[in-house]
Amino acid sequence: MNGPSLSGQRILAVLIKEFIQLTRDRLTYAMILGVPIFQLLLFGYAINNDPHNLPAIVLDQDRSSFSRSVLVALDNTDYFRFVAEARSPAELDAAIEEGRAQFAITIPQDFGRRVVRGDRAQLLIEADASDPTAVGGAVAAVAGLPGQALVHDLTGPLAGKAGSAPFEVVVHRRYNPENITAYNIVPGLLGIVLSMTLVMMTALALTRERERGTMESLLSTPVEPLEVMVGKLAPYVVIGLIQTAIILILARLLFGVPFVGGWAALTLGVVLFIVGSLSLGFLFSTVAKSQLQAMQMSVFYLLPSLLLSGFMFPFRGMPGWAQAIGEAIPVTHFLRIVRGSLLKGVGIEHAWVSLVALTLFVAVVTTLAMSRYRTTLD
Amino acid sequence: MTGALAIDVRALSKSFGDKQVVRDLDIQVQAGRVTGFVGPNGSGKTTTMRMLCGLLTPDEGEGKVLGLDFRKEARVIKRRTGYMTQKFSLYEDLTIAENLEFTARVYGMSDRRKRVDEALEKLGLTSRRNQPAGALSGGWKQRLALAAATLHEPDLLLLDEPTAGVDPKARREFWDEIHALAAGGLTVMVSTHYMDEAERCHDIAYIAYGRLMARGTTSELIDQSRLVTFRAEGATEEGMSADHLSTELSRKPGVEMAAPFGSALHVSGTDRAALEAAIAPYRRPGLTWTEARPTIEDVFIHLMNKAEDNFA
Repeated sequence: MNGPSLSGQRILAVLIKEFIQLTRDRLTYAMILGVPIFQLLLFGYAINNDPHNLPAIVLDQDRSSFSRSVLVALDNTDYFRFVAEARSPAELDAAIEEGRAQFAITIPQDFGRRVVRGDRAQLLIEADASDPTAVGGAVAAVAGLPGQALVHDLTGPLAGKAGSAPFEVVVHRRYNPENITAYNIVPGLLGIVLSMTLVMMTALALTRERERGTMESLLSTPVEPLEVMVGKLAPYVVIGLIQTAIILILARLLFGVPFVGGWAALTLGVVLFIVGSLSLGFLFSTVAKSQLQAMQMSVFYLLPSLLLSGFMFPFRGMPGWAQAIGEAIPVTHFLRIVRGSLLKGVGIEHAWVSLVALTLFVAVVTTLAMSRYRTTLD
Repeated sequence: MTGALAIDVRALSKSFGDKQVVRDLDIQVQAGRVTGFVGPNGSGKTTTMRMLCGLLTPDEGEGKVLGLDFRKEARVIKRRTGYMTQKFSLYEDLTIAENLEFTARVYGMSDRRKRVDEALEKLGLTSRRNQPAGALSGGWKQRLALAAATLHEPDLLLLDEPTAGVDPKARREFWDEIHALAAGGLTVMVSTHYMDEAERCHDIAYIAYGRLMARGTTSELIDQSRLVTFRAEGATEEGMSADHLSTELSRKPGVEMAAPFGSALHVSGTDRAALEAAIAPYRRPGLTWTEARPTIEDVFIHLMNKAEDNFA
C-alpha cells in the first residue's frame, strides 16, 4: 500500500502543541469556558418569555370598594406591579409613552355603580404592545378576572350579580394592535446589525496595523491619537448610516413597520449609537493584542447585547439584576429610542433618558480609548 | 570629533519588565555622517533607535536630537526624522503611489503630487505606481520604504537593519543612495549585522548588552582592539587544509578566536607573545603563516566575547 500511514506519535505531537498554544492564549481559554457558563446563566435565569411583575400605572376614578377589589385581583395575578397612581388621563398616557409603565389601567368613575346595577361595567387596560411577547401573558391572565375579582364583594343582596361576569375588561393593545412580532424585531435588528458590524470593524482598526507591522511606521509620523481615531472611524460612520437607511427602508417596504414619527430623536439616537459603537470597537483595538482577541472581545460585547437588551426577550421579564446589567448596555437604550420613535412616535422630550445614556456611552468610551491609545510602542 | 552633533544623548536606559535592554548608553552622532550601529541580536540597537525617534519612552537619559530636548520635544523631532523599520511597514494593500501619498499627507506636505511623482521617478517605479506595495520584491520594498522615510526631507534618518533579506546588488544600490543622501547633509544612523555594511559607514558604534562598547571609524576600531591576527594558508603534509585547524587552535591559551575563511584560517588574540607561542607548533611545512590586519568582523567578535565575559 502506498497510501499515507497514520502515526499516533505524530498525532500526539500536534495534539500536545495545540494544547500548549491553547493554554497560552488566555482570552480564547476564557471564551471557551466563559461563554457556555454565561449563556447558561442568562438563558436559565434572566430570560423569561412569560414576564410577570410588569409595571402598571392606575387611574382609579371610581375609588369604590369594587375598584379596590379589582386592583387587588390584578395584583394577585402577579403580572402587574403598580408603580404609580395617575391623577389624570394625560399622566397615564405619558407613563406609557415614556415606557415607564407597560400597562395603564383606567377604572372609570361609574364602575362601582354599574357593577351594582349590573349595567355593563367596564375596566380599560391599555397595554404597550410594541413588544407583543411582553404583554401576552398578562392579557391572557386578565381574561379570567371578571368572574372572580368581585366574588367576595358581591354578597347578600348582590350575590345574584356574581354569577355572570359583573364587569368587562377592555384591552387596548397600543402601538401594535395586531400583535405583529416583526414590528418589534425589525427595529430592534437595527441596533444589533449596527453593533455587530461596526464594533467588529473598528476593533480590527489598530490590531490590524499592529499585526501587519504598519503601526510602527504610523507612530513614527507626526499623526496624533485623535487624528488616527477620527480618520479611522469617519468612513464607518458613513457605512453605519447607509446600513441604517437600508434597514429602515426594508422595514417599511417588506414588513410594513409603522413609522409614526419622532425623527429628531431617531436621527440623534442613530448618530450617537453609530459613533459610540465605533469608539467602543476602537477601544477594544487599543486593548487587544491581536485581531483574534479583538474579534473575541466584540463577541463578548455582542452576547449580552443580544440577550439582555430587550431585543430577543422582553426586558421587563428579566430579574432585577439582569435588568440592571441591561440598563448599562448601549443597545438597550438604542432599542428604546428606535422602537419608541417608529412605533410610538416618541420625540426627544420623552426619549431624553435614553439619549443621555447614549451620549454618556460615547463620552466614556471615547475618553477611555484616547487614554488607552499610545503614541509610543511602550 | 568635529562638526555639529545631530544626536547627543547621555545615560540612556530602558527596561522591559525586569529585563534591562539599554543601560547607561551615551551616543553621539555627527551631523551629515553615516553612523553604523552594530551589535549582536538583542543588544538594544532597535530599542535605542526607537527611543531616539520618540517611539519608546526612555526610563533614563537626557540630551538632544537635532538640537532639541529628545524627551520633551519628541513631537518636533518626529517631524524632522525619517524612520525605516526593520520589517516592511508600509501598507501592502495600498498601491506604491497611495503609500507615498499617505506619507506626504501625514507630514502635511504642500506640493504633495509633485513630490510623490518625483519620488516615483527617482525610484524608477513610475510605471508600477498603481501596483500594490505588497507585490514588490524585497529589494524594491526596501527602496520604497526608504523613499517613504525620506519623502518629507528629514534632517535625521534612522534605519533599522534596512537590508535584511536583500540581494547584494540591491544592497549596494541602497548604500549608494544612503551616501548620496548623507552628502546632501542628511544625518544617517543605520543598524546592521553585516560587516561589509559596517565598513561602508563613516563611523561605527558597537553596542552589546545595552552598552556602548566601542566607537570610531573602522580603522580606529581595529587599532583600538589591539588585536593581533595571523593568517594560515595551504595544507599540512597530511593533506589537512589550514581551516581544519580552527577547532584545535581555538582551545590553545592566547587564542581568542580561530575562524576559517574558506580554506584559510584567521587566528587572533590580544596577547601577541601568547598567540605566537600557540601557533608555533603549527608552523609546519605546507602551511604559510602571515600576520594579517584584523578584519572588522574579527574586532566585532572579539568585542562580543569581551562583552560576554564582562556582563553576561
